[in-house]
Amino acid sequence: MASLLSRFCRKLALPGSAHGSRMTSSTACGSETVKSLNLYSAINQALHIALETDPRSYVFGEDVGFGGVFRCTTGLAERFGKNRVFNTPLCEQGIVGFGIGLAAMGNRAVVEIQFADYIYPAFDQIVNEAAKFRYRSGNQFNCGGLTIRAPYGAVGHGGHYHSQSPEAFFCHVPGIKVVIPRSPREAKGLLLSSIRDPNPVVFFEPKWLYRQAVEEVPEHDYMIPLSQAEIIREGSDITLVGWGAQLTVMEQACLDAEKEGISCELIDLKTLLPWDKETVEASVKKTGRLLISHEAPITGGFGAEISATILERCFLKLEAPVSRVCGLDTPFPLVFEPFYMPTKNKILDAIKSTVNY
Amino acid sequence: LTPKKETFQTKSENGVITTLSPIHHRFTSLPPPLRFDRPNPDHNRNGRPFHRPPMRRSLTLRGDLIPGDPLLLPRMEIAANSLYKSKLIRGFCHLYDGQEALAVGMEAGITKEDAIITSYRDHCTFLGRGGELVDAFSELMGRMRGCSNGKGGSMHFYKKDASFYGGHGIVGAQIPLGCGLAFAQKYSKEENVSFVLYGDGAANQGQLFEALNIAALWDLPAILVCENNHYGMGTATWRPAKSPAYFKRGDYVPGLKVDGMDVLAVKQACKFAKEHALKNGPIFLLIGKTQTPNKTIVIIMDTYRYHGHSMSDPGSTYRTRDEVSGVRQVRDPIERVRKLLLSHDIATEKELKDIEKEVRKEVDDAVAQAKESPVPEPSELFTNMYVKDCGVESFGADRKELKVTLA
Repeated sequence: MASLLSRFCRKLALPGSAHGSRMTSSTACGSETVKSLNLYSAINQALHIALETDPRSYVFGEDVGFGGVFRCTTGLAERFGKNRVFNTPLCEQGIVGFGIGLAAMGNRAVVEIQFADYIYPAFDQIVNEAAKFRYRSGNQFNCGGLTIRAPYGAVGHGGHYHSQSPEAFFCHVPGIKVVIPRSPREAKGLLLSSIRDPNPVVFFEPKWLYRQAVEEVPEHDYMIPLSQAEIIREGSDITLVGWGAQLTVMEQACLDAEKEGISCELIDLKTLLPWDKETVEASVKKTGRLLISHEAPITGGFGAEISATILERCFLKLEAPVSRVCGLDTPFPLVFEPFYMPTKNKILDAIKSTVNY
Repeated sequence: LTPKKETFQTKSENGVITTLSPIHHRFTSLPPPLRFDRPNPDHNRNGRPFHRPPMRRSLTLRGDLIPGDPLLLPRMEIAANSLYKSKLIRGFCHLYDGQEALAVGMEAGITKEDAIITSYRDHCTFLGRGGELVDAFSELMGRMRGCSNGKGGSMHFYKKDASFYGGHGIVGAQIPLGCGLAFAQKYSKEENVSFVLYGDGAANQGQLFEALNIAALWDLPAILVCENNHYGMGTATWRPAKSPAYFKRGDYVPGLKVDGMDVLAVKQACKFAKEHALKNGPIFLLIGKTQTPNKTIVIIMDTYRYHGHSMSDPGSTYRTRDEVSGVRQVRDPIERVRKLLLSHDIATEKELKDIEKEVRKEVDDAVAQAKESPVPEPSELFTNMYVKDCGVESFGADRKELKVTLA
């Protein structure tokens, strides 16, 4: 059902419409074959398809030649050759700048940054070059073929520099898109959309789910439209908004809340910039309550943007203040990770206090 | 006692600075007195007392004191290896065995007032700077007794009283920092230098060249040391680098190449570099000879790591096991020292075996002690963000309930 709609959407570009679909189950239509894959295999498949369908696409980054540290690029170098899939030296700024240049000549550059924590040397290139290229050249040039992929998020033992969630920094930059998938099936479709989107995209992959999440993924080439949020779970008492790996935690909290009689509506934003305001607005107008959850620190996180926008649009319909259950305002800790993370119980507490406001 | 010539010939094949070997030969003609004993607690500390007495053997080789214990370092790394596998150490763990000669040799050539700053592969550098085994293991396991109070982990060992500025996770980030340290030393007119260590992977970072330019422009006493272990995680140096002769990248900054598996060569190089960096003396490049007034100097230490990049990396997907065992047979730094000691009858096999046993016991004791140390209190999550009593408030996961004043 979801895949049928997505094929439809690709051609007709429907605005965000609410449709229910389960988070991890699949209803394979007759003609598709599906395979049970985890996240890194789904991304690998997407990259294979992307390179196959466009002869002018390239994948490069640190250590991608042998398959990458998370095996997302296995088999690409063998199949497409060292001229299209190659390793770069250890210089993020150089890698992204190089990608922008390639994209400016009309190629599709799929850049891998080994961990999102290392994306900061490239921040200047992304913000000042990639995001503004089309704008400042009056549409003469653009680097739309650029897609930057980076694993982000907590993994249980990552510490300061292997667990960060930097999506908020990039959401503040008009000119790029920020996309975060929640599961293997979504990842493949969203990655193909991101690569083929005519704008530069920063694609964050939740590294925690690389092996953990297994789902039935269709083997054919399909795209999931960007800037369309999906309502994963229908409800009537409170709207929960999240993205990436955090949705798994939020769904657990929803199930627990259901036992206490609270019906939760769970929305996956998928694209953070530009985000689907209409879907969230419609949902909050229905339920009257909003809770946002993300791993990044709470102050200045993307939840603040969602909260402010919804407040503007739905002020009179809100029954309770918008609640944000996020990481704490500290660097991502090593031993204290269980305290830092927005866990299921913290979300459950916030749901209850919002509903009983 | 006549020194055997062969041992020194192998060194020169591996690219030891030819100008330094005459100095070295001068040392070898001295008779070799050796003492294995607890060092003077005041050694290198100018009378300042240790608050915990060091438990180090010192190796006096032909009048040349090498503080620290070369045998301790690989033993510590192996213990860390097994602790990681039994999940007592979480996070990431980057091991230094194979590269010990660098840590030990560098310490021998400098003082505790000279600053060292390095990347995430810092366990042995920390021990070399006088760090305690217990502190190291506690930090690895995230306990309060650790050198960074358990909040840093494997990649963030620091030791303020020994001018060890750590332990940095982001590749290359410590290079401009290290040049800043050198600037402070020059500004305060201290006769000290900063050793800025980075790897062959970081040698391709833009930060290095920015820092190099500034250090040369302002004549800073910075010594940029590239620990070339031939692999930037999984990528061999000849792949990402147009010129793997990293010491030549300085252009206007003179560079030396040293055999990083030879502890005595490392010591001489560091001593030499320190004198050069402080004084403006003429220095010798490996190829040709230039007189430059520059103080900054780049040293490439040709070394090798036996383990993978970190504990998550088996180290065998990008190099063969034969290569690793080959290097271990031919260039192992500990073996080299052992051969020197035995061939010059400075120590007997039995003495060396006894030392190894002692070292093993020391490491085991330290691990046991570290395991008993408690995990930091949950309130520690919010400390040391800002200056204490700065009054900055932070919010917990739910803005309504948890409000903490950051300290």
